[in-house]
Amino acid sequence: MKFLCVACDEAMKLVEAADTPHGDSLTVIFRCARCEHRVALLTNPQETQLVHSLGVAIGGRTTPPQPLARVRATLNAASPLWTEEAERRLQRVPEFVRPMVRDNIERHARERGCREVTCEVMDEARSGMGM
Amino acid sequence: MKTYRDIAGDGGSDVLGQVAEREARRRTRMALVARKFAVMSGKGGVGKSMVTVNLAAALALRGHRVGILDADINGPCVAQMLGVRDRMLKLGAGGVAPVEGPLGIKVVSMDLLLPGGAVPVIWNAPMQQHRFTWLGAAEAGALGEFLADTLWGELDFLLIDLPPGPERYPDFHDLLPECDGAIVVTIPSGVAMLTVKRSIVLAQTLQAKVFGVVENMAGYQCEQCGALQALFAGEGESTEQTPGVPVLGRIPFDPRITRCCDQGVPFVSAHHDTPAAQAIMEIAVRIGARCAAWGGGR
Ligand SMILES: Nc1ncnc2c1ncn2[C@@H]1O[C@H](COP(=O)(O)OP(=O)(O)O)[C@@H](O)[C@H]1O
Ligand SMILES: [Mg+2]
Ligand SMILES: [Zn+2]
Ligand SMILES: [Zn+2]
Repeated sequence: MKFLCVACDEAMKLVEAADTPHGDSLTVIFRCARCEHRVALLTNPQETQLVHSLGVAIGGRTTPPQPLARVRATLNAASPLWTEEAERRLQRVPEFVRPMVRDNIERHARERGCREVTCEVMDEARSGMGM
Repeated sequence: MKTYRDIAGDGGSDVLGQVAEREARRRTRMALVARKFAVMSGKGGVGKSMVTVNLAAALALRGHRVGILDADINGPCVAQMLGVRDRMLKLGAGGVAPVEGPLGIKVVSMDLLLPGGAVPVIWNAPMQQHRFTWLGAAEAGALGEFLADTLWGELDFLLIDLPPGPERYPDFHDLLPECDGAIVVTIPSGVAMLTVKRSIVLAQTLQAKVFGVVENMAGYQCEQCGALQALFAGEGESTEQTPGVPVLGRIPFDPRITRCCDQGVPFVSAHHDTPAAQAIMEIAVRIGARCAAWGGGR
């Protein structure tokens, strides 16, 4: 999608793109470099979802993409994933308590809205559990 | 007045750059995988996942390093068939590490991201009505991420278990143009055969290579006399009429296959002395031989 300033017959430049607080719409602002005229593109929920589904960041990417970022962010009920390092640490816990510890740490991660279990998340969860 | 093509670049999001970046990641990972085959079927329930899992096991038994990507996003069952449903993917350096199942087979599946039980795949969305407007894009995006972000390491074979449907393989081929071809699974009934021929023509029309056909549930062994009996009427008039697409093998019906699938044990290794297991092993040999003839493998 491109925007054209009809008065100047000039391609407009993207100024900024942002999700609205409800997350069901995108606001993308363009401006004409010649006459400074500005327009905003406002997407409906389906258009927003389509853009999200394509896994591209409108307005450009600012941070490097994380592994399975889109899947993990949009999959409902996705379990938090453990980093290999955190998993190695869990393996040092005696086997008979390991499932309980795993559940507790994952619950803590979910409550905190973390999509990953790192060593830091483990430390936090353990201090919370009084371990 | 200027039109779309008169303006260079895109609106400023560099969407093409973002897509190119993801494709570069995929190519780097896939360069370590010698052969990639998609397993497809025209219809569901013909044994596509069973064939995927047991072909992987047969190739692994022959000393190959094998991975399976379960691309059946909404009906994943590879993890169950390999007995690894209780495991999860791990976050490693710059990607996700697949789960390692029996015979060292590496598995990636939607099932390995979800908690246990029968939790369905639901995508968070501002509205769940009119899902058809974006669901295809979401599923293709998920497969694209699996292809770009999985740390398979070096593999001799990657098998991709596609959802049922003739259109699935050409669609997947867009996501993985390096795919070496499709293995089409069918059952020897007239209706299934018609769908298979359609699927093959569709794939070939869309420039997606078809490697060969596997006929599953091709007869069963009589318990009294041990002879192979036909399971479907009209059995025997086979797919061979499709030029350039060989039949790789015929796997008979065997109730132990169903049991092994449910128990998460590869049938080929658990019952290696049965006609069905022999048939699967022979398909693996044939695949290996044809790949060796292509050369350039690892
Ligand atoms: N040759 C066979 N003999 C006995 N059972 C089989 C055979 N092939 C497949 N099955 C069983 O049929 C069912 C459907 O197979 P599945 O691989 O899940 O089909 P698909 O992936 O094509 O939908 C499974 O329970 C499987 O164990
Ligand atoms: Mg299946
Ligand atoms: Zn202007
Ligand atoms: Zn105005």
